[in-house]
Amino acid sequence: MPAFLENPRLRGGIHAEERKHYTSGHAIVRNFPLPKKLYIPVQQHVGKPAEPVVKVGDIVLKGQLLAHSQGAISSPIHAPTSGKIIDVKDFPAPHPSALPVRTVIIESDGKDQWLTTHLPSDPFALDPEEICTRVGEAGVVGLGGAVFPSAVKLNLGRKNQIHTLLINAGECEPYLTCDDRLMQEYAEEIVSGIRLMLNGMQAPKAIIGMEDNKPEAFRAMQAASLPFANISVEQVPTRYPMGWDRQMLRYLTGLEIPADGRATDIGVVVHNVATAHAVYKAICLGQPLISRVVTVSGTAVAKPGNVEVPLGTLMSEVLDYCGLNKARMARLVMGGPMMGDALPHAEVPVVKACNGILALSHEEIEEPQTQACIRCSSCVTACPVGLLPLEMASRIRANQLDAAVDLGLKDCISCGSCSYVCPSNIPLVHYFKFASGELVKRQQAEHKTEQTKRLMQDRNQRMERIRQEAEAEALRAQEARAARAAQQAAAKQQPKEETA
Amino acid sequence: MYVLSAIIILTALGLLLGFSLGIAAKYLKVESDPLIERIEELMPGSQCGQCGFPGCRPAAEALVSGTAPVTLCPPGGTALVEQLAKLLGIDVDLSNAQDQEAMVARVSEETCTGCTRCFKVCPTDAIVGAPKQIHAVVADACIGCKQCVAVCPTECLQMHPIEVTLRNWRWPKPLAA
Repeated sequence: MPAFLENPRLRGGIHAEERKHYTSGHAIVRNFPLPKKLYIPVQQHVGKPAEPVVKVGDIVLKGQLLAHSQGAISSPIHAPTSGKIIDVKDFPAPHPSALPVRTVIIESDGKDQWLTTHLPSDPFALDPEEICTRVGEAGVVGLGGAVFPSAVKLNLGRKNQIHTLLINAGECEPYLTCDDRLMQEYAEEIVSGIRLMLNGMQAPKAIIGMEDNKPEAFRAMQAASLPFANISVEQVPTRYPMGWDRQMLRYLTGLEIPADGRATDIGVVVHNVATAHAVYKAICLGQPLISRVVTVSGTAVAKPGNVEVPLGTLMSEVLDYCGLNKARMARLVMGGPMMGDALPHAEVPVVKACNGILALSHEEIEEPQTQACIRCSSCVTACPVGLLPLEMASRIRANQLDAAVDLGLKDCISCGSCSYVCPSNIPLVHYFKFASGELVKRQQAEHKTEQTKRLMQDRNQRMERIRQEAEAEALRAQEARAARAAQQAAAKQQPKEETA
Repeated sequence: MYVLSAIIILTALGLLLGFSLGIAAKYLKVESDPLIERIEELMPGSQCGQCGFPGCRPAAEALVSGTAPVTLCPPGGTALVEQLAKLLGIDVDLSNAQDQEAMVARVSEETCTGCTRCFKVCPTDAIVGAPKQIHAVVADACIGCKQCVAVCPTECLQMHPIEVTLRNWRWPKPLAA
């Protein structure tokens, strides 16, 4: 079959300006000064929030459990340094709304003293279940930004008998280089982490996929994985959103995940490369996930770079360390510029999901006037999912959510390619995020209506029962009265009969 | 003769069919419009009366007969309007629709006397308490019908907007061009 008739290996996507050169040339900073106070939110993952096990006034060591996981999909939280718990209260979360979330606050004692842990003598001889348990107990979650508990995914992979572990090292977002630097500097540790993951899932092979704009990282990973025949490193074209797991999987293996399915349905599990490093640290070093490498970039910082930061450090402290020029900063973004969240202020902690802190200046952002849609369909060409963003947005504008869902709203991955190419500057992704939120709201409202009906039914039944019981009681009382009256009448009559 | 037979046959046919239709109408009568039932299922069912009808069923009947607009139910919001319009085959312009802000009752602990009047009227048992104990509203079960506010002798029950948290925060709608 001629090549042009086949399904394209890549669909949609855009070439965004990379701007990775600000940080890609500098080694990861490992001597970030320990902050005096650390703010650790109990919810840094998908699922149920962790439940604190420490009290105010407790002294904790570095790596000690602060909050244990609750339920099947949850993750524990550990102390990023040694010190004293000074408060457990609501504190602004790194979220576009900066609404408060329950947070454990530690005052560090400066000693940074580790909790002693028992390390396995040979980590690669551990049982698959044991690997998953250890990964879960270390609070490891997907570090690509989705923060899904990794142990759940490993268990799911083992139960579904997967054939391939795909390590996502795409890092397709502009500015971000934390995975790139991690691979250059810790390639062997990452490969060990991948081997442990393979053991944990009992999977035969792993593919590491990365964009071809990271030649040094590619060489380092290739060298590190050379002794292991079941781990291969592949390059993919640099085209945002290459780091979308479905896009990368499709390009590398030709497999396509069904629209309403998961990767495990076709025998694949996808993990981020930084997660593999966290798995290595959890099992071989016994260190829970208490710090992460964050890309600090943007032209409003004087010394952009990748910094290993303890979780719970305030973003303002990280930015100050990198020489933030407050006057130049026009927007603060957590994550990459395409899918990250703009934060209202920097007094929020670094969490497990935070792969980048961008202080963008006026030159880097633009807020042009939104104009009417000219139906050029650039967004349709750019959409990697194959949706019709212009049609969906026009439905949502008219509040016709059902029509937007029919057009595939639920398959939108909010990658931002459509908004990026739109010549009329229509905030397309914003429309889709709004609509997705509305859908959840409606679902909740429907659920509440059902619940209300049930509650009212229960109440009506109860009222009816109480009424019937009262009636029965009244009837019994009446009968008893009548019986007593009859008895008395009989008693009166009897003596008369006797006398007669 | 031909004319006469034609008249007789057609008259007989007409009478027969008319009679059978009459019987069918009497014995195969549909109890109520199934559409009303379906609409009633969609409605909140709290019989709050905010639409001006005595309950959800009368409102559904009015909707089917066409005497009430599909936008009649404030607690149902835009989602209900959309469902009703689809069911009844009506086109509605939703572009300017605004959901009213959901409110829940809250007990002010300073002024509650524990009189128990409010939880006797609550249609969803959302108020808990005991005589001479401070009552409390279970916000998840409150439907904002305000019946408790009406009976409270000390005005300690007030309607408040639902608190915005990370769990129920949603992206606002983008401003139109």
